Parts: sequence; structure tokens; C-alpha cells
Amino acid sequence: MSKLLLVEAKLHLRDGWYLLFAIGLPLLLLQFLGKVAGPAFPALMVMLSALTLSFSVLPGVLAAYREQGVLRRMSTTPVSPLRMLTVQLVINLVVGIVATTLLVAFGPGVPRNVAGFVLVFLLGSAALMAMGLVIAAVAPNGKSAPIIGSAAMFPLMFVAGMWVPREYLPEVVRVIGDYSVAGPFAQALSATWAGQAPQLPHLLVLAAGLVVFGGLAVRVFRWE
Amino acid sequence: MAMKVIEVTNLHKRYRDQVAVDDVSFAVDEGEIFGVLGPNGAGKTTTVECVAGLRTPTSGTITVGGRTPLEAKHLLGVQLQSAQLPEKIKVWEALDLFASFYRDPADWRALMERVGLADKRDTRFTNLSGGQKQRLSVALALVGKPRVAILDELTTGLDPQARRDTWDLIEQIRADGVTIVLVTHFMEEAERLCDRVALISSGRVVAMDAPSALIGQVEESQRVRFRPSAPVEDAMLLAVPEVTGVRRNGEQLTVTGRGNLAPAVTLALAEHQIVPTDLRIEQATLEDVFLALTGRKLS
Repeated sequence: MSKLLLVEAKLHLRDGWYLLFAIGLPLLLLQFLGKVAGPAFPALMVMLSALTLSFSVLPGVLAAYREQGVLRRMSTTPVSPLRMLTVQLVINLVVGIVATTLLVAFGPGVPRNVAGFVLVFLLGSAALMAMGLVIAAVAPNGKSAPIIGSAAMFPLMFVAGMWVPREYLPEVVRVIGDYSVAGPFAQALSATWAGQAPQLPHLLVLAAGLVVFGGLAVRVFRWE
Repeated sequence: MAMKVIEVTNLHKRYRDQVAVDDVSFAVDEGEIFGVLGPNGAGKTTTVECVAGLRTPTSGTITVGGRTPLEAKHLLGVQLQSAQLPEKIKVWEALDLFASFYRDPADWRALMERVGLADKRDTRFTNLSGGQKQRLSVALALVGKPRVAILDELTTGLDPQARRDTWDLIEQIRADGVTIVLVTHFMEEAERLCDRVALISSGRVVAMDAPSALIGQVEESQRVRFRPSAPVEDAMLLAVPEVTGVRRNGEQLTVTGRGNLAPAVTLALAEHQIVPTDLRIEQATLEDVFLALTGRKLS
């Protein structure tokens, strides 16, 4: 396990340009817009990073590995390709944690409900990664997976209030946003950042997202 | 009797509306190079994928070392068609990684030397030539110290030199006692390497034997062409037991037959003080065997 993790981590660094989007971009936006964009902005940047990793990086790697036969090659060894999937999830989570740590370190203030923030971050990241696995499953190849992921990411960011603050969105969009995983994720991150407890409905939507998309991923994921 | 290391009995594999393997049975002896030969789409790859535990047979049984394919992954080393590694992984990293998948792996450094990739140690997979990728693939198939190596279309797409190098490598592996199942549609490869071959057509085994035995079954498996130094009567040649036919094309004679045709013919000519000039011996190939059995061409 440790060797696979090590080699895959090296391969991630070799393709490390994506870190510009998963870490650099949110950090940069926070630096330039943090002071003018309102109190929810740091939480939105944490979600931007998690979304980029889950919807673009994770499906890109997994779909490419399926396309190239890497997963299939692994199934001929005593080690299950499931381990490769686990390793990719771990690496994405670690990069997400690094990004979030940097956002906290260089952002305006720190999350005041730390335990709540960590819980929401982990649950939300898990739910988004489950959605990313579904994207990896339906994408025909490694090139199209990040494109499909990005196409799914932008409307999600919109309903989550990334481009236009939530309160200016039409009622129907806000309701969609409340069930979009991304919406409750952003709101719960924002609430815990401000020192409040996460709202139960938000946690429930995140947990439901994890269960539904996780279950779907298990059903539709193809190794070859 | 050599021990059977792989036994496939009445294998049948169907995908939705299509039968990929109809009815295939064979047994592979410990230590032999067993060829699975047939045209594209005959079911060769599906057959070995079932043996490797990558696919579940619709019906029939497969044992590898007495176990089911899924329980035998540590006994098998598999090389599959086309790329199978991350583009940017380096040669040594791939070997080191795959070695970690097995409980008692081979020394991957020695293996890297042996397949001639020591100077490509730090080269990324995507920058290797076709032949180098194949050799790495062979090394990865061997890194778990398998009892059986399954090599699928190993030399497809290689230039003639790389192909010959790969053949040498396969012979070395066998010399180490590894049983090899070689999937190919190259006649020459099968004739040169395999102890026995199974000819597969439309999902069925049409013949299984040593290549020379299969070729020997073909009528007129031998052909001798020459220009006699003096006129020769057809009857004189037809009296030779090995000869089945004589054809003339100007001064050139074509004698067809079986067995040790060429020595028999030259001996008969010598008895009449006739020297065959421009002597050429042509042998039937597995291609001819396949054509004779199925009425179809292999490639």
C-alpha cells in the first residue's frame, strides 16, 4: 500500500500543474477579493478547491488509468485495483487538506468552530469525491473526464452562490442550491468559519450525497 | 507425463448477443511454451483473459495450478495487449511497484538488466519505444516469480529485430522453468517458439499438437524445386515413396510430397548421376495447416 501511495504521489507531482487550479487559484482569489467579497468567501474558496479536485483531477486520473489499462493490469496481480482507487482518494483528500490549510493560513481570520469546520470539510469532500467517481465512471476517457467534470462544476458553483451571492439568486435557484451538495457544503463551511454550529439539514444533504453518489459509483464504476 | 499446470475444459464465453468463445478445451504442461493461435476475433484473447481471471466464463472450468483463476493470481504473470502503465511512471518505479504487489518477488534490478532496460531505468513509460515497452511488460509479468506467464500478442507492432530479441527473451524465460502461454497470430513466431499450439477458429479449437506434427499432416507439406543437370523422367521421381507429384515449368521441376522429401529426391537423382541445380526446399507452414483445416486464412 505504502509503495503504491508513494509512486502515485510522485506521479501527481509530475503532473503538478493542476495544483495551480486546486490550490493556487483559490488562494489568489482569496488574496485579491477576500476583503471585498463578504464573509462567506473563504468558505467558497475551500469548496472551489474541493470541487476542482473531486470533479476534475480525480475523474481525470481514474478515467485515464481505465483507458490505458492500468486498472486492468492491476487486476491480474494479487493486488486489487480497488487499492488504486483508495490511493487516489487519499491523495486528493491530502491535497484538499493542504489547500484548505493554506487558505486558512493566508485568509482573513480562521474558522472559529474548528471541530465543526473539520467535520463539514471531511463530509463535504467525501460527498464531492463520490460524485467525482461517478463522473470517472461515465466518462469515456481520460481527456473527456475533466471536461465533463468542469461542465458539472460551474452550474454547481452558481447555485452554491459562488458567482452571485445566494441572497440575490431567484427563489427556485436557491432551492435547487439547497439540495445540490455544493450549496449546503458552502453554507456549512461558512457557518462553522463564523463560529456557528453546522445546520443539521446541511449535514443531512451532504451525508445523503455521499450515500447516493457513493452507491451509484459502486454500481457504475468500470475497471476496464 | 508432465504435470498439467493449466486445464481448460469446455470453456464457453458469451457477451450479451455474441459468442466470443464457443467451446475450448486444452491443457498446458509444466515447462512448455504453449501457443494459442488464430486469426483476429477467433477468441484467443478472451480465452486467456478467462485463464488470467479477468473474465468469468459463461460455462466450463479452468484450473491454474489446481486452483481457480481468481485464487491463482500469484502463480500467473500476465502481459496484456496495449499500454498498461501510467504515462509518466519511470521504468524502475514500475518494476519496484509491481514487485511490491507480490509476497515473494524476483529481484527487479536483475530483471531490468535481463530485459535490457538497465540504461532506461529513469525513462518514463511514454518515452519508451514499442519494443522497450513490451520488454518492460514482460519484466512486469515475471516480477512475481510466476509459474506461468501469459503473453498476449507480444510482438505485434515490433520491427523484425525487436521481434527476434523478444523471442530470445521468451526462450530464456522458459529455460528458467517458467511455463509460457503465448497468444499470437504470427505463424513464424509459433513455429519457432512453441512446443505445442492450439489453433483456434471461431471460438473452437480446430487442431492441437506440435507445430511440426501439424505441418506433417498437411498433404504435400514439402516442395522441392530444382533444375536437373540432365533430363529426368517423371516416373523415376514418382517411384520415390515420399513423392506425391511432379510438375514441370520449362526446365524447372517441382516435386511435392511429404516426410524427408529433399534427401530422398536428391538421392534418387544421384543414383542416375543427375545433379539438381538451384535446389530450393519449401515447407508448408502453420498458415497452410490452418487454411487446410478451416478454409480460411490466418492473417
